[in-house]
Amino acid sequence: MYTVDYANTRDARAAPIEDAGRLAAFEARVAADDFIEPKDWMPETYRKTLIRQISQHAHSEIVGMLPEGNWLTRAPSLRRKAILLAKIQDEAGHGLYLYAAAETLGVSREEMTEALHAGRAKYSTIFNYPTLTWADMGAIGWLVDGAAIMNQVALQRTSYGPYARAMVRICKEESFHQRQGYEAMMVLAAGTAGQRRMAQDALNRWWWPSLMMFGPPDDNSPNSAQSIRWRIKRETNDELRQRFINATVPQAEALGLTIPDPHLKWNEAAQRYDFGPIDWEEFYAVVRGEGPTAKDRIQARIDAWEDQAWVREAAMAHAAKTAAKQAA
Amino acid sequence: MANHTPIWEVFVRAKNGLSHRHVGSVHAADASGAVQAARDVYTRRSEGVSLWVVPSGAITASDPGDADALFAPAEDKVYRHPTFYVVPDNVKHI
Repeated sequence: MYTVDYANTRDARAAPIEDAGRLAAFEARVAADDFIEPKDWMPETYRKTLIRQISQHAHSEIVGMLPEGNWLTRAPSLRRKAILLAKIQDEAGHGLYLYAAAETLGVSREEMTEALHAGRAKYSTIFNYPTLTWADMGAIGWLVDGAAIMNQVALQRTSYGPYARAMVRICKEESFHQRQGYEAMMVLAAGTAGQRRMAQDALNRWWWPSLMMFGPPDDNSPNSAQSIRWRIKRETNDELRQRFINATVPQAEALGLTIPDPHLKWNEAAQRYDFGPIDWEEFYAVVRGEGPTAKDRIQARIDAWEDQAWVREAAMAHAAKTAAKQAA
Repeated sequence: MANHTPIWEVFVRAKNGLSHRHVGSVHAADASGAVQAARDVYTRRSEGVSLWVVPSGAITASDPGDADALFAPAEDKVYRHPTFYVVPDNVKHI
């Protein structure tokens, strides 16, 4: 089987045996940039780390639909509405590509969904901020999707084949998300004084959370070293954050908007922007799920799952009935 | 398992003239539901002209542990490739 047979407890990965020779062969393959595929032997920690990372990524795509859904019925034009709808549909698709990739590691979709709803699985903290104005739709596409792309482009070369392939698809589609967001910001930035204020306010609120999306600084990132060695991560949090800042500052300048960081300055010698300190206490508070928006997000997911249970049940009942009729 | 919606592997033909290619999987109660889900998940941007869905459990795959036994014997049979044979430069169309 390509995926895992949950009914078969003899599936090799159900009871992995750690063995020094296999581990050395595995490490050599990964170091040589070979891809690991679903049925290949892998260390249990590699499998578990991937399940955690991929499912967290999938949950982020799914929860990420909620802040944008907030503005769907209030989009300022039919064009913007169609674009936003397509973007939200993509987020659902991205979540599904990723769940499918995680399932090849022997975890079921239902287990992952249950872990999210029970608060055992995390998702990107960025979605625990509220979307207060229409300009937030522009800022999210430009900054949040822009930050996600930095991360995802690097992950196209991740060592686990199904994850890398999902990333290739996602990156192609994510580029539309960022450009439509930037275009929405351009319209506001070139608009009335009120629209410009709205655009600046959205940038002020989304800038620091976007930088936090890359995760804690490298000297405080517990899983980084092994993940880099196993090619689960390809670049460190700080490297990716710096690259994002370098790319984004000139984009803000082109909009005529100001990045809310008084310490931001071009460093000619290092060929990069130096930036001010990040408030990590805020980050950890959001990770811990503090604040009313975090509770709303998970409740919205639980409601969607429970309210639609009858659809899943009806589909299964219909399939069983049709199968029985065909057998008769 | 009763409360698990079955998994289907999805194959897409990008355009006529090409083979169907594996792109991922979907969950659906039955085959027609799987085709609809595959259409929404894997062909939002004209990626294909035809879809196949196959119950995941119906695929039998070779064991990666047997890869050497299965595929290594081909490595020392270089005479199966045309470049193994030296033909003089002045001999054409061969």
